[in-house]
Amino acid sequence: MAVLVIAEHDNATLKVATRHAVTAGREMAQEVHLLVAGQGCAAVAEQGARLQGVSKVLLADAAVHAHASAENLAAQVLALAGQYTHLVAAASATGKGFMPRVAALLDAAQVSDVLAVETPDTFVRPIYAGNALATVQSPDPVKVVTVRTTGFDPAPDGGNASVEAIEAVQGDARVRFVGQEVTLSSRPELAAARVVVSGGRGMGNGGNFALLETLADQLGGAVGASRAAVDAGFMPNDYQVGQTGKIVAPELYIAVGISGAIQHLAGMKDSKVIVAINKDPEAPIFQVADYGLVADLFEAVPQISGNLG
Amino acid sequence: MKVLVAVKRVIDYNAKPRVRPDGSGIDLTNLKMSMNPFDEIAVEEAVRLKEAGIASEVVVVSIGPAAAQEVLRTALALGGDRAILLQDDAEVQPLAVAKALTALCKREQPDLLILGKQAIDDDACQTGQMTAALLDWPQATFASRVEIAAGRAQVTREIDGGLETLDLALPAIVTTDLRLNTPRYASLPNIMKAKKKPLETLTAAELGVDLAPRLKTLKVVEPPKRGGGVIVADVATLVDKLRNEAKVI
Repeated sequence: MAVLVIAEHDNATLKVATRHAVTAGREMAQEVHLLVAGQGCAAVAEQGARLQGVSKVLLADAAVHAHASAENLAAQVLALAGQYTHLVAAASATGKGFMPRVAALLDAAQVSDVLAVETPDTFVRPIYAGNALATVQSPDPVKVVTVRTTGFDPAPDGGNASVEAIEAVQGDARVRFVGQEVTLSSRPELAAARVVVSGGRGMGNGGNFALLETLADQLGGAVGASRAAVDAGFMPNDYQVGQTGKIVAPELYIAVGISGAIQHLAGMKDSKVIVAINKDPEAPIFQVADYGLVADLFEAVPQISGNLG
Repeated sequence: MKVLVAVKRVIDYNAKPRVRPDGSGIDLTNLKMSMNPFDEIAVEEAVRLKEAGIASEVVVVSIGPAAAQEVLRTALALGGDRAILLQDDAEVQPLAVAKALTALCKREQPDLLILGKQAIDDDACQTGQMTAALLDWPQATFASRVEIAAGRAQVTREIDGGLETLDLALPAIVTTDLRLNTPRYASLPNIMKAKKKPLETLTAAELGVDLAPRLKTLKVVEPPKRGGGVIVADVATLVDKLRNEAKVI
């Protein structure tokens, strides 16, 4: 029996989150299949077929999957579920949306945001904003698992799987896609970046984030924000790092003007090296920072940029 | 239109949970408990729908111990009309809660069920989606804007790359993101009035659902601690250490 990993993509490019999910899937069973459901997404299936460890790609190419609707994606996965021991998706907004539907319809208890696979039925997951790690065992015949991408290395290229077209499910007519507004950025994707430079309330306003953008560009990194900075309107919501935003674990995380509330730490404390720049020496962020600098960020950040130049 | 809102009693978001030394779970003794923050937003949204003349009744429900009555009273003080507590002392997991909410929705026949997108204790982010699946209703998760008109809900959702808008036929399920609204505070007169509002208590047997947990928790441990860091004197030292000691730039 095999694992089915559900690919995440934008109909043109396979998202890196899928690579992490494939690695997690390989720790659950020998054989990994990849489902690519989308519209006009043959290129994604080809990218998936090249992933090391994937032995078969199932391609459901149809208009019902154009926008990754939770209802249609869940129905598509459910139609295949009987052939698999595990159903696996990245714990992204998409994965979090459709996977619990699949689990409920299989009468299975989903295991969310898995950080490690101990055995094929036992998983480690964070609870209480990452303040505790629970080891849980699933008795269900088909395990439904979403994985935290920062817990698993991305699967490299090097495979040569076959691509098999499958029939798409009937669409759910009760849900209509109206539109989307995507934040455009030339920087690496926040969740996958090697370096993340994040700003908090101390940035003062959105315009000052230009300082962090300069630094991020010098380091080839992405820009993030605390909830306070997002709520204050400094940055769009999808920049938020934390329990309720994105979970990141880059090589280097630079927290600028961020106090370090537990909800923020939940999103970044697995970073390899943490740097905190804050003028308040009592800020909780200094308790997790490898290197702390007590300074005015408006002086310190341009100086760092100058030192790197 | 009737709106049902599901609320959970959880550790207060400012409290620091302690892992029990024997690894059996989290010690909640003497910790402050509150309504899950996402659920406060769900209650607020339902009350706003009532104030806008769209909802006629707001029913708040919770599943948990007798003490969960407190969060239901809070929800009533915020503007809920009546409350239902499915009283159970055991650990409840999302699948069981979804089954209970499904049974409650079949009994109450709401047009809209609003939940928080996740509880800040188990961080599962499953219950709304599971309930939608069991009821065979459409869902809009992670909502940052909800508009109801002509038997449909238009919902803007927070997705990884930005925002997405869906249009759903009612009855439907919406789960709230933090930016949907800013919950109000309950005023003292409203807290007093809430004490007189109806609160019905049910058991799992009365509702015909099995709340037994499915996932078995083998152990709970503290996450690995980070080693103590250093405070550097100036930017030059910081850059030098990142370059030559940590070797990350």
